[in-house]
Parts: sequence; structure tokens; C-alpha cells
Amino acid sequence: MSTIEYKYKPGNLNASAPAFYKEENLKREEMVINIGPQHPSTHGVLRLEVVTDGEIVVDLVPHLGYLHRCFEKHAQSVPFNQAIPFVDRLDYVAAMNSEHAFVMGIEKMLGIENDIPKRVEYIRVLVAELNRIASHFVAIGTYGLDIGAFTPFLWVMRDREHIQRLLEWISGARMLYNYIWVGGLFYDLPVGFEEKCLEFINYLKPKLVELDDVLINNKIFVERTANIGVLPRNLAINYGVTGPVLRGSGLKYDLRRVDGYSVYPELDFDIPVGKGEMGQTGDCWDRTFVRVQEVKESVKIIEQCLEKLTKEHKRTRDFDPRAMVPKKIRPKAQDFYARAENSKGELGFFFRTDGRSDIPVRCKARACSFSNLSVLAEITRGHMVADMIAIIGSIDFVMGEVDR
Amino acid sequence: MEITDFKQLLTEEFGEDVVLSIDENATPKALVVDATKIQAICLFLRDHENSFFDMLSCLTAIDNGPEANTMEVIYNLYSIPHEHSLMLKTVIDRESSEIDSVESVWRTADWHEREAYDLLGVNFKGHPDLRRILMAADWEGHPLRQDYVEPETYRGMKTIREEGDPS
Repeated sequence: MSTIEYKYKPGNLNASAPAFYKEENLKREEMVINIGPQHPSTHGVLRLEVVTDGEIVVDLVPHLGYLHRCFEKHAQSVPFNQAIPFVDRLDYVAAMNSEHAFVMGIEKMLGIENDIPKRVEYIRVLVAELNRIASHFVAIGTYGLDIGAFTPFLWVMRDREHIQRLLEWISGARMLYNYIWVGGLFYDLPVGFEEKCLEFINYLKPKLVELDDVLINNKIFVERTANIGVLPRNLAINYGVTGPVLRGSGLKYDLRRVDGYSVYPELDFDIPVGKGEMGQTGDCWDRTFVRVQEVKESVKIIEQCLEKLTKEHKRTRDFDPRAMVPKKIRPKAQDFYARAENSKGELGFFFRTDGRSDIPVRCKARACSFSNLSVLAEITRGHMVADMIAIIGSIDFVMGEVDR
Repeated sequence: MEITDFKQLLTEEFGEDVVLSIDENATPKALVVDATKIQAICLFLRDHENSFFDMLSCLTAIDNGPEANTMEVIYNLYSIPHEHSLMLKTVIDRESSEIDSVESVWRTADWHEREAYDLLGVNFKGHPDLRRILMAADWEGHPLRQDYVEPETYRGMKTIREEGDPS
């Protein structure tokens, strides 16, 4: 065992995490406060350098990279199918959605996206929507916690636990599944899953009404979130913001409908948008409201998927979800940009393949949280420090996806 | 709009030699454009009523290695009202690796360009704040370059864990 030399100098800390603002940049009465790297309102490791004047936020500089695991470098050194476990770790609270996006991109590159059996497609959508609900529950519950509401957090975590058990039953893992494979699935649904899932859906529906009462229409919650952190629509588009944050700003833009991938065109669901019912369009309340509405839409989708899976595309004895899984993934030489609607927005993958190997030359993940986080400084300036916490929570970024 | 329409739009505005070639093989179909005019091209494509690319989905860079001695910067544009998309490709010199920043066109390019600078060492001219974003500020080299060699130590700490080393 060798000893680690760590030459500590006082300047080291400055070099590793330098501040954007120097003391001489600051005006009189202004000061720099560091929030994070660990803070309950930042879901992950993020340091915020906040310049404050009294309680007003003058400027804010996010410092990221504490969780950087070189996803792109890894993905460029292993075959496509071996990169799926890395994709799980991008957005670790909605791993199924990330897998779905990645796998669908590769299938499109191979040109086999229309050959996937319908039962496989419906199972994929089913698990992705289950995971979307779980992800939104984390967002809604911990957001209540940021604001100071403890009960809704416990309630949605209780409901999320059921989803995690269902997904654990499917794949054997609670959060990082590696369930959706290129050309198929790791395994068919376990026997009896459809019934259990329907039972859960019927249990969940009244709970969502409760959630509306206890959180969304709660007077204290509305007071804390309405008219805070207003994000105008054109600014949101300019910053590349997608997902519930963009829809909270009043734009009906959902890739499940815009691109119509997988079996989403066959399903009936609405796209909720923020209308500014409790304040202005695009404030923190709208973003949370859109998430709650989306959970209800996901419930609708899951019901339709279960209907299809028990009637039209039934489990048969000789159905093999791995039948289409290609032995060698060798797309032709091309540049490819594939995208899908993750629970937090547009998750895109850029691939360059050389046509000779099954390892991509370049694999870039365009993560939704990365773009969503970049708008933070813009909508926080001029608000109180306490409101800043509310704004951070309402954007709902997961640092695994920001740093990748 | 088809890819030839986009080409026509650009050639009418900037002259014949602005579009170097069309890549039909890419998805979405790509135009290889003159790297020195990228900022004007992007601004034109964003504001023209027929193209109206109001969203920059993805900005990425690729290193082609020391032998080819080129790098590529690739822009994926999307238009929300028209629902069409386009890929813009530019080829730049690897030694200087300079290209104009499009941060003034789409604000989202700010962080994407910082990431491309951090991981591949592309210098975006006119970027307001070109600092490293993911790696440590004093990290040496750009990890996604083809000839990148990982340093053995970082401030006296080993970066590679050896077999049987518990640290």
C-alpha cells in the first residue's frame, strides 16, 4: 500500500473551485454566498455562487462537474449494447426513459424500428410511463419539502415505493434497470404483473386527488410559488429549455406527440400546459402543476397499455422478447441525432458511426437537465434567497444528467 | 422544407460557396457550411420566416485526430412552429480550432460551447465566458481529443487505481 501524497496549499481550493466573482468585482453591501455542493434543494451535487445584496439575489453562477463520470468517453469505448447501463446512470430517477431514448436511437440507426413486436413496444411505454410517474413524484415531493411541506413528501414517496417494487419485480433492480435492450427487452413481464399494475393504478387515482388538495391548491404553497421565477416562453426556447419547464411556460411541446415515436400515436392522452391560473404563466406553481397533471396523463397511458397487453397483444407461451436482439450492432457510417421525451425534457443522443465497428466514434448526450439548469441565473436575479430555493426545486434537475 | 430548400436559402443570402456539400446520409439531413460564416448563417436561419430555427437542440464537436488534422462542430437545429430540423456541420482546423460563438443567437449555446471547449478544446471566439464547465479548472488537456493522454497524477494524487490498491 502506497501513501497518497497530497500537497495541500491554501491556493488549491481556489484552483479546484474558483469563484467567478472576485472581491474587487463586488459593489458595496454585496457579498458572495456559496450554496452547496450539498444542499437539500439541489438534487445532486451542485455549488451555487450567489452574489447577494441583503436578501436579494444579484447574480448567481452555477458550478457543476462534481459528478462528472465521463459518460461520453465510456460510451465511445464500449459497444452500443454495453453502454445501456451507463445510460441508466444519466437520469437515475427516470432510468427507463433514458434507456428507451437511447435504445430507440440505435434501432432507428439500424433501421429495425418498425420490426419490433408490438407487445415489446407496449411494455416499453408501460415501464417508461411508470418511471415517469416515479420521477415526477420525486420532483413534486421534494419540491414540497423545499417549500416546507413535509406531508406531501411522505405521501408521494409512499406511492413511489409501489412503482419501484413493480419495476424491481420486472427487472431485479430498484433504480438502474438495464431492462430495455436494443431490439427487445431483457425479459417479458412477470406472470401476474398486469393485474398487480392495474391494482396499483386504481389505488393511485384517488391519491392524486388528495395530492391536488394537500399541495397544489394549498394556500401556503400557492403563496410561496405563484409569480416566483417567471420564465417567459421565448426565453425558455432560446435557452433550449424543454419538458415540464417549457410546458409550464405555456407551450404545448411534447416530443411524444411532436415526433410520435414508439406506440404513442395510438394512445390517447393530453399534454398539460401552464395557464397562469394562480399567477403568471411560467411561474414555479405552473411548473409543479404541469407535473401533477402529467402524472394523471401517464396514468391514462398506463391503463391503455394494460388494456392492450391483456387483450390484443397477450402473453403467449412462445413469445420471446429477445428474438429481435441483434447479435452484432453494426450501423452504417452516418451521423445520427435521436431524441425522445424524458421525464425532464428532450433527451437527445448524437452518434457518429464508422460502419465498421459496433463502437460509436462519437456519442454525445444532449441532456435536458443541462439546458434546463442554464436558465436558472436568468430567472433568479432579483428574487429573495428563499425564493431562489423555490426556483431551483421547480426546475427539477438531476445532477447525474447535468454532469453526465 | 427539404434540404435543397435550405441550401437555396443560404446560397441566395451568402453566395454559392457558403454550402460546401450536402450530407444526405445523416439524420436529420446535414449541410456542410463555411465555418467562418457560422454566426451569420445561424442568425439568418433563426430569423428567416421560412426556416425559423428557434431552438438549438444540440451542439457537439468531434475530433478527427492528428492525421486528418481537422475538427468538426455540429449544430442540430429545430424549428418548433415549422416542425422541421436540420444539421449544420462545419470543419475547422485542429491546430487553432477556432470558430465563432453562436451564444448571441441562442443562449443555450453558452453552456454547450463551454462543454465543447472543456472536453475537446474548441475555442469559441466571442464567447463571453469560456471556462471549463465539467472538469476541474486546472485539469490539463481535453479528454475527448484523439491524442489525449490521461495524466498519471493530479495534484499528487494518482488518477489510475492499480490492482490491489485499496485507496
